[in-house]
Amino acid sequence: MNRCFSCARLFAMISKEFVQIRRDPPTFGMMVGIPLIQLLLFGFAINSDPKHLPTAVRDADAGPVGRAVIAAMQASQYFRVSLIPDGEAAVEDAFAHGDAQFVVTVPADFSRRVLRGEHPALLVEADATDPAATANALSALDRLAAAAAARELAGPFAGLKQGEAPFEMRVHRRYNPEGETTFNIVPGLMGVVLTMTMVIMTCLAVTRERERGTMETLLAMPLSPFEVMLGKILPYVAIGYLQVVFIMAAAKLIFAVPMMGSLTLLSAVTVVFISANLAVGYTFSTVAANQLQAVQMGFFFFLPSIMLSGFMFPFRGMPEWAQVIGEALPLTHFLRIVRGILLKGSGWEAIAPDLAAIAAFLFVAGFIAVRRYRMTLD
Amino acid sequence: MTAAIAVTGLTKRFGGRAVVDSIDLSVEEGRIMGFLGPNGSGKTTTIRMLCGLLRVDAGEGTCLGLDIRRDAAAIKRQAGYMTQRFSLYEDMTVAENLDFAARVHGVPDRKARVAEAVERMGLAARRNQLAGHLSGGWKQRLALAASILHKPRLLLLDEPTAGVDPQARRDFWDRIHGFAAEGMTVLVSTHYMDEAERCHAIAYIAYGRLLAHGTVEEVVAGSGLAAAAVRGGGPGLIERVKALPAVETATAFGAVIHVAGGGGAALAADLSAFCAAEGVDWEPEEPTLEDAFIHLMAGSRDNMAEGAA
Repeated sequence: MNRCFSCARLFAMISKEFVQIRRDPPTFGMMVGIPLIQLLLFGFAINSDPKHLPTAVRDADAGPVGRAVIAAMQASQYFRVSLIPDGEAAVEDAFAHGDAQFVVTVPADFSRRVLRGEHPALLVEADATDPAATANALSALDRLAAAAAARELAGPFAGLKQGEAPFEMRVHRRYNPEGETTFNIVPGLMGVVLTMTMVIMTCLAVTRERERGTMETLLAMPLSPFEVMLGKILPYVAIGYLQVVFIMAAAKLIFAVPMMGSLTLLSAVTVVFISANLAVGYTFSTVAANQLQAVQMGFFFFLPSIMLSGFMFPFRGMPEWAQVIGEALPLTHFLRIVRGILLKGSGWEAIAPDLAAIAAFLFVAGFIAVRRYRMTLD
Repeated sequence: MTAAIAVTGLTKRFGGRAVVDSIDLSVEEGRIMGFLGPNGSGKTTTIRMLCGLLRVDAGEGTCLGLDIRRDAAAIKRQAGYMTQRFSLYEDMTVAENLDFAARVHGVPDRKARVAEAVERMGLAARRNQLAGHLSGGWKQRLALAASILHKPRLLLLDEPTAGVDPQARRDFWDRIHGFAAEGMTVLVSTHYMDEAERCHAIAYIAYGRLLAHGTVEEVVAGSGLAAAAVRGGGPGLIERVKALPAVETATAFGAVIHVAGGGGAALAADLSAFCAAEGVDWEPEEPTLEDAFIHLMAGSRDNMAEGAA
């Protein structure tokens, strides 16, 4: 037997590792689960060529050419058209609430002016906060509009098909006219960083007490579960807030991200979002047996958060089931709020539904955390 | 005198198996009660139930006049608990650990009380050391200091002197007697016989059942054992002594074999005949507490072995 290497010793070590892996089902589950989740998410949920984007149409003309263009948009699969009443207020509303990715305005007399050969303009406004989500649809728009008009211009108007296009497609990229992807990513990063750090930090904070045996002292002391939970969470709210200040400063000074809305409102929302993530971490910590498991559970939460929230890939590009999961994650709503406040200048009223979703999440997670926290060691 | 601890039928089950099985225990105020028993006998579980760290499955009783089932929070405020394994924060200093304990307990005049505890426990030179860097004996002092900061009326100590050197153990026990003299009631679990003999009363549990209860003399007398010392003789003698029908245990202490076994005249009769044949001497001895415990343990059934994988 060799002094530096012995197969028997090596096999002793290997079989010991397997025994320990078998005793730790969560780690094993992670090894099987992570690739499975990644496969599912990347294979089915993620689509960098989003289709069926909600498109609001103000048709002040109601003529044949406008209708043909709208029908062609619908048929292209990129746009899911719905009609909205005429008026600026309705357009602003649709954008502010994120109900529409595009608003198409067909001006009055559009069809008639096309037939007269006046080359009128068709206005297409795009919510360009996430340039990746709109780029393909916009590039498809030019081709399909011209083709649709060509079909409509038959018989005596066939002459209009020659030469320049019968009408102009005027595209306005709102909120992010240059299509800067950093404007979309940097505010989003704030939510991602908070999700990652806050969940894992609280998760570790409680499991560490259990793993080191200090939980026994803590439980023997006259502390209520609520005091323990708040005492564990509040320091990290402060730390999370520091992270926010840091990212915001970088966004402003280094990346020149526009800040259209109220920073006070953003601060208030951020506290709710941080708390929601901390509550998730706390809930995990009541389940995890040790710090490793806690980190693994945090990762399990983080993975869908980053993939299905609309941070990495356009939310509207995902299939229905993935959007449903995405809607259940606080990061999805926080991203909408941050982008809304910073890029669109959204106010309280516009972000209320997303804030309500985060608050509901916080409530449920907090409830589970308090219910699961044991006052005793059994 | 009133009872600081008075419980009856105390039971705890883990996975359907009674780890603590219907224990009755009473400790008078200002007394030191030694809690003895083999490893895994349920000592820690019992102590944890007394201070509200584990739910009681059956039985009832009071700690400091408070119901152990209903008033766990109130008991925690008036009891000090020192865990078997060091369970203060190793990444905090001695002073920080004590300050935290004092704040959680709402100790009045905190700074002075912490300073006093540091002084009293001789921790002054180490007050700014990380608890994790202390040696076993100092960790134990720190843990004791933390558990008495709020001047509890009841002190629960779970094997406080395991792995601590004899000098530190003696100091520790002197302190415990000091606390008792001030009126504090102490329940202390231990494996050391000399420590058991320093208690006012002892309780012996094995496999979750209380087997003996009383003063050291009462427990020894209650075992009904006789003991003797066998001197001289060569190697192999101890095996032949053990084979005698009246002998339960035979233990070598250097050249002397300490024998314990059946009470009355049985042991004496066996030894007389045996020693005459072997050509060695013997004389009667007082049975020890250890003899009594080993006798009790041998007589009880190991319920832990059942169902074990």
